[in-house]
Amino acid sequence: MLANMQSHSIAVFGAGVMGRSITALALGRGVDVVLVDVSDDVLRDARAEITQQMRHGQLMGAFPADKTPGTLTTSLSSKGAADAAVVIEAITEDAALKVRVMAEISGVVPAGVPLITNTSGIPIAELAKSVQRPTDLAGVHFMNPAYLIEMVEVVRGPQTGDDAMAVVLSFLEGLGKKTVVVRDAPGFVTSRLLHPMINEAARVVAEGTASVESVDRLMHGCLGHPTGPLRTADLIGLDNLADALRLLAERTGNPTFEPCELLMEKVSRGELGRKTGRGFYDYGEVLS
Amino acid sequence: MSQDLTTTAESIAQTIAAFVSKRVGADVPADKDLFESGLVSSLFAMELVVHLEQAFSVQILGDDLKRDNFRSVQAMTALVLRLNGAE
Ligand SMILES: NC(=O)c1ccc[n+]([C@@H]2O[C@H](COP(=O)([O-])OP(=O)(O)OC[C@H]3O[C@@H](n4cnc5c(N)ncnc54)[C@H](O)[C@@H]3O)[C@@H](O)[C@H]2O)c1
Repeated sequence: MLANMQSHSIAVFGAGVMGRSITALALGRGVDVVLVDVSDDVLRDARAEITQQMRHGQLMGAFPADKTPGTLTTSLSSKGAADAAVVIEAITEDAALKVRVMAEISGVVPAGVPLITNTSGIPIAELAKSVQRPTDLAGVHFMNPAYLIEMVEVVRGPQTGDDAMAVVLSFLEGLGKKTVVVRDAPGFVTSRLLHPMINEAARVVAEGTASVESVDRLMHGCLGHPTGPLRTADLIGLDNLADALRLLAERTGNPTFEPCELLMEKVSRGELGRKTGRGFYDYGEVLS
Repeated sequence: MSQDLTTTAESIAQTIAAFVSKRVGADVPADKDLFESGLVSSLFAMELVVHLEQAFSVQILGDDLKRDNFRSVQAMTALVLRLNGAE
C-alpha cells in the first residue's frame, strides 16, 4: 500500500536554510533528492551551497564513507515530487503559504507517501486541514545544520497514522538520526523553549544588561549551551525566528512571545544572521 | 629540508596563523589543537577549508577532507605543502 516504496528519492520543498541542509544530509547518506523552490536564482545558489555543505559534512565525519552520495535534481514545479518516497516541506514559516503548498503537494503524490513538515511550530493538526490525507502528515523538526545535528524532534499529529509514523521513523534512522517523538502543540518542545529564550536574550541586550557576547558567553560557560542563544539565532535566521515567534504568540495567546523590538529592527534592516553575513554578530563574507 | 622549503613552510604557517588568530581573537601557537581547545567550531572548520583553498590555490578533496588535517596551524601547513607538490 505504500506507493513509491521502491523509490530511493525524496522531494524537498523550499531551498532556503533548512531545505539546503536537509538536502545535503540526504545526499550524504546516499538518497537522491528533488529540490523544489519558486526561484531559479535560489535554486542555483542552493546547488553551490549544498556542494559545500556536503564537503563540510564529510570534514566533520557526518557521512558514512562507504556510501555513494545521492544525486541532486532541482525543479520549479511541485510535479517534481511525483515519484518521491517521502516529501519534506521546508518552505517559509507562513501558515497561509504552507496551507496552499501542502494542498498542492498532497495532490501530486500518491496515498501512502509520508508528507513531512519541517515547521518550527505550526501545529500539525492545523496543517492537516489542508492536505487530502491527514494520516500521511507528520512533523519532523530538523535543526540547522541538519547534516551535523544528530537528533530530530518528531511530531505526531492527532491524525497521523501508524503507517506514516513507521515509514518516517525508518527513513530518519536511515539518515542516521536519533529521534524523540512528541505530541502536537504550538512550538512543540524545542521551539516552545528555545525561541522565547532567544527573544529574552535579545531583550536583555536591548535593555543594556549585557552585550551580545556576554549573554552568549554566560549561557555557554555557566549553563553549557553549545553556542549561546544569540549565535544560535544568527544560525537560524532572524526573519524565520520572528515569523516563528509571532505564530507562537498567536497560537498560545502569550504576548511575551511576540518578537521583541531589537529582533524586528534587525529584520527590517536585512540583518538576518549568517545567511546575510550579519545579525547579532558580523560574519564578514558569507560562508557559502 | 632545503632553505627554500623552510621559508615557504614558514610563510604558509604565518599566513594561516594570522587568519586563525584574527578569527578567534587570540594568538594561536602552531601546534595548538584547535578543536580540542574549542577554538574552532564546526562551522569555522569549513571556513578554514575555503580559506586555504583560496589563499593557496589548492583544492582539498576526497580523503584530505578530514578534521585531522585542520587540527592545528602545523597540520594545515603540512597539508598545503603536500598539495602544492612540495613533499
Ligand atoms: N532556520 C532554521 O534554523 C529552522 C530550523 C527548524 C525548522 N525551520 C523551519 O523550516 C522552514 C524553512 O525555514 P528556512 O529557515 O529554511 O527559511 P528560508 O526563508 O531560508 O527558506 C524558505 C524557502 O522557501 C521557498 N519557498 C517559498 N514558497 C515556496 C513554494 N511555494 N514552493 C517552494 N518553495 C517555496 C523560498 O523561496 C525560500 O527559498 C520553516 O518552516 C522554518 O520555520 C527552520
